Amino acid sequence: MTRAGGGLLAAAALTLPLWLSSAYHLHVAIMAGIFGVLALSLNLLLGFTGQLSLGHAAFFGIGAYTSALLTLKGEWSFWPALAAAVVLAGAAGWLIGRLSLKLRGAYFVLVTISFAGVISLVSVNWIELTNGPLGLPGVPAPELFGWSLRSKTAYYYLVLAGIALSYLVSARLVKSRIGRAFVALRENEPLAESVGVDVTHYLVLAAVVSAAMAGLGGSLYAHYTRFVSPEVFLFTYTVTMVVMVVAGGKGTLAGPLVGAVLFTVLPEALRAAASWQWQMLAYGVLLVLLVFFLPRGIVPAVQALRGRDAS
Amino acid sequence: MAELLQHLVNGLVLGGTYALLGIGLTLIFGLMNVVNFAHGEFYTLGAYVAFAALAWAGVHFFVALLMAIAAGAALGWLCEVTLLRPLRSESIDTTMLVMIGVWIAMQNGELLVWGGVAKSIPHPFSTAPLVLGPVAIAPLRIFVLVLAAALIAASWLLIQKTKLGRAMRATFQDRDTAALMGVGIGRIHAATFAFGSGLAAAAGALLGPVFLVYPSMGDLASLKAFSVVILGGLGNLPGATLGGLLLGIVEELGAGYISSGYRDAVGFVIIILVLLFRPSGLFARQERIA
Repeated sequence: MTRAGGGLLAAAALTLPLWLSSAYHLHVAIMAGIFGVLALSLNLLLGFTGQLSLGHAAFFGIGAYTSALLTLKGEWSFWPALAAAVVLAGAAGWLIGRLSLKLRGAYFVLVTISFAGVISLVSVNWIELTNGPLGLPGVPAPELFGWSLRSKTAYYYLVLAGIALSYLVSARLVKSRIGRAFVALRENEPLAESVGVDVTHYLVLAAVVSAAMAGLGGSLYAHYTRFVSPEVFLFTYTVTMVVMVVAGGKGTLAGPLVGAVLFTVLPEALRAAASWQWQMLAYGVLLVLLVFFLPRGIVPAVQALRGRDAS
Repeated sequence: MAELLQHLVNGLVLGGTYALLGIGLTLIFGLMNVVNFAHGEFYTLGAYVAFAALAWAGVHFFVALLMAIAAGAALGWLCEVTLLRPLRSESIDTTMLVMIGVWIAMQNGELLVWGGVAKSIPHPFSTAPLVLGPVAIAPLRIFVLVLAAALIAASWLLIQKTKLGRAMRATFQDRDTAALMGVGIGRIHAATFAFGSGLAAAAGALLGPVFLVYPSMGDLASLKAFSVVILGGLGNLPGATLGGLLLGIVEELGAGYISSGYRDAVGFVIIILVLLFRPSGLFARQERIA
């Protein structure tokens, strides 16, 4: 993307609440932003190191529950709770990464799903802590220097800051030596290992950063919807993240954001036209079509088109 | 002691159907290298076909079971030919994403057709349990266990004794060499997927009358099938059979003696522990099919 285009996009994102007339549209923008953080997070693992984690909702849920429990039961304020959510999700990423990243392909996928399944069952059954299936209502809205960020406009900017942070971390990481090691592992692991890339070290690092970022998304989600229940661990969330990353373009920085906006706005736009089941049915069909017709995603396809025009 | 025996018997009934699910998946996974997340949806399909056949058409239970198997096999064949065949040279992640898409589409299709309310399948058996010493067991459950055992035996015979089975084993061991020896890989893949899906549908038709039928029932079935495959080792038919029985019994004991809330965690924990400590499965020295 050109510098001018990027500047224009940033200006549009910053002034968006002025353009969107209704609270509903702003709500969709906030949800797109939260999913943007999650998609960027999954992209670090799936896009850059090539490891498909299908347990990513676990880190999202750990972030959401940590933040909600600390503010509700521990009476912490939002910011330290947010930091704790990021740290705890990152620690879970470290643990699961250490244990499972010696596995590859389908086996890695199955272990990540299983970890997410166990954590989800704990959230349902550990009623003293999590209040079980009833969930935790009344999660407080964040405050900044005594100002409540309860309004949708204020929360929009908070989420925007979250995206900016996630994007910058991703960009710094993948353009560094570490990012080159990630890509080397994705493209040819034995070769990368033979030139001295420490496989486990880099994969676990990717898992930690990715999980911490998903924890950030979880905390932002908890304090926006003000309610956390075991539904945050639903596999649907993981699938949504995967669809966003694959559709937008895995291994690109803009792709996950494009995917997040598209796949938040599209279902909302379809909501009037079709019931939830039809939407989900279309979702499944769309995933199949994407793999067949846009296997590398929207952003790489657009880049290829522009490259052809230029030459 | 009586309680333990009762749990073991219940676990055996569950385990028999888990074994059917696992055998189907272990063949698909082992032979085609496809992580079939839609496997549980064929289980659901089988249960709904059995429901339609028994509740609406009022056919004999065996006929309903055969109809379920036929429907599962037909749809499985269609799935392989239209979706998986064009992607055979793609990576395992690509086909996995496609099967996730199929899973979501099938489940919500079922939700649209049948609605979200759970249905119970009528069956001709008496609900009064047979009492054998300390153990009470419903006649339906005995019937389910016997049929599951018969289907497992039939699968084993198919793999070991038929020409198709020999071609399947050859393809599993070395796809390229098998192709050079004149095995039609496309045909074998289609047959494997249809066979595995038919077995999943049979499991659904068998367990459907024992429990309730609802659109998302396949999610847990997929999970159990994956646990069984991992327990038994990839492409390992006796392994999947033992793994299925073991999973059924451990689940039943866990639910009985520890906490029923964590019943479904047993499958997850098995996947994690076996993959971390014994990735080739409990019963295998190496990956194999037979």
